[in-house]
Amino acid sequence: MPAPILSAPSLPAPIVPTSWSASWTIFRIALEERLTYRGDFALGTLMRFLPIVTQIFLWHAVFTAVSTPVTGIAKTVAGYTYEEMVAYYLLTMLGRAFSSMPGLSSGIARLIRTGEIKKFLIQPVDLLWFTFLSRVAHKTAYYSVAAGPFALVFFLCRGYFPPLPSAATLLLFTLTLLLGFLLGYFMEVSLGLIGFWWLEISSLIFVYTLLNFFLSGHMFPLDMLGPEWQWLVQFIPLQYLAYFPAAVFLGKITGAALAWGIACELIWIVALVGLSRWLFHRGVIRYSGFGG
Amino acid sequence: MNSRQTLRPQSARPAYLAVLWTMLRNSLVRDMSFRSNFLIESITSLAWMMMNLGFYLLVFKFTRELAPGWGKYEFFAFLATTMLINSVVQAFFMPNAEEFSEMIRTGNLDFALLKPIDAQFLISLQRVNWSSLSNFFVAIALLAYSVWKMTTRETAPLPLHPWMLMAYPLYVACGVAILYSLMISLAATSIWLGRNQSLYDFWFYITNFSRYPMEIYEGQVGTPLRLFFTFIIPVMVVVNVPARVISQPLIGGAGRDVALGPGLDQQFLLGFALLATAGSLGAARWVFQRALTSYRSASS
Repeated sequence: MPAPILSAPSLPAPIVPTSWSASWTIFRIALEERLTYRGDFALGTLMRFLPIVTQIFLWHAVFTAVSTPVTGIAKTVAGYTYEEMVAYYLLTMLGRAFSSMPGLSSGIARLIRTGEIKKFLIQPVDLLWFTFLSRVAHKTAYYSVAAGPFALVFFLCRGYFPPLPSAATLLLFTLTLLLGFLLGYFMEVSLGLIGFWWLEISSLIFVYTLLNFFLSGHMFPLDMLGPEWQWLVQFIPLQYLAYFPAAVFLGKITGAALAWGIACELIWIVALVGLSRWLFHRGVIRYSGFGG
Repeated sequence: MNSRQTLRPQSARPAYLAVLWTMLRNSLVRDMSFRSNFLIESITSLAWMMMNLGFYLLVFKFTRELAPGWGKYEFFAFLATTMLINSVVQAFFMPNAEEFSEMIRTGNLDFALLKPIDAQFLISLQRVNWSSLSNFFVAIALLAYSVWKMTTRETAPLPLHPWMLMAYPLYVACGVAILYSLMISLAATSIWLGRNQSLYDFWFYITNFSRYPMEIYEGQVGTPLRLFFTFIIPVMVVVNVPARVISQPLIGGAGRDVALGPGLDQQFLLGFALLATAGSLGAARWVFQRALTSYRSASS
């Protein structure tokens, strides 16, 4: 009697420890793959700053309109001066360079839909660890190439930045960027794993992108939203993807609020790691693979 | 000799209108066979638009105007014009420009060139994405609402002249034509480049400069940008001119200076937009023809 290839009980728990040498190989291959097109990459990164140019002009116009014409004293919008606003947009670019995961959830959903995921179920490689390593390699390749364009733009715009914050703030800022990466990764993975149930998740990804655009602070500083929206902003984790790091750098969030924010972010990450593990586990039990 | 004469009228004048009609109908039939997809696509583009609108509603909570002469409803009329023009371009030309790049790569362009009809016409309008037009109607509604708000407000109501309503569609058409020219020129470059994957990106980055009133581009960087995107690549004319026509009193009111420079006022801009349209269409035609001469079929 031919045994079904992938019956759930015969399968070991999906968490298979991947050996470090294998991990290193996965990371290296993904890195080399990404670095093949570095020229296109660098140009693309520089081009991505162009929309910011129009955004800067828009805010310049707004700040000119709200300033008192006689004295020329600049007002603030939602607590931001014009310079801070420009710096905010540039910093969210940096935040999103860490937290955005292009193609991650759709990629996982595709693995499930096409059945390619089978190879992760029969080989001693854990899917979530594998995609995590590939993503870290992807990001490493990205930073090694994008560092140039980023440095150039930040240097050209140095006049907009407040004096460099204290070392402690810079350290916390770096921490929020790294946590943003983890949060973004596990959110998108969980989204992609819903593909075990839905197969086609593009509409779900669309809703996520839409909410992300508006509520991560990518489009505008979240302080601009009135109190009737703040509960939503605080309730969902999207603010950590762009707004939170930028606000930390600009000194908008300090002290207890900062500690509380980081604590909440950590709780979210732990919860999402658990969720993605659980989804993967349930999904594999549900999954049936046929053919070779 | 007789047979030649009878053949000639047929081959010399393809029935453009009939072909266009067939292409429009086929696309609609195609879209309608995937009805839920059509619905989802319409909702998707609507949602993006609503989000955009939400952002500007938020901005106007903090300021009364964006630039001199661009208050909330003036700018919403501007925004509606942007949506109107973009929805038409996205419905009619975007899918075709993408397809064009693909045809060059795969060598399928051969079949288009062999047909006894103008290649640019065929390539530009082959497929129409009807779902993109859902934004068109929302844009009309937003425009109507903004104009109604402007004409009925207490301080400085907008005097609406019949000519404004007549000139508006004309300048919207001009805007569409300029964007079309830019798009088909960009797509044609894939003949030289082999592949033009970043067409969408490039398109987005350039047209980005059409999204705001040209007054906001001022200063050391702004003025050169404004002049470049007005006179060299006229994307700033695309939305600005029709939006001005409908929201800024021209006749019977004091026309506001466009800040293009001394002596360059609204009337100048109206004339220039027509010129820019003709120039863009001509340039696009030239680029297209030049690119075709370099086309080497990809098939064996």
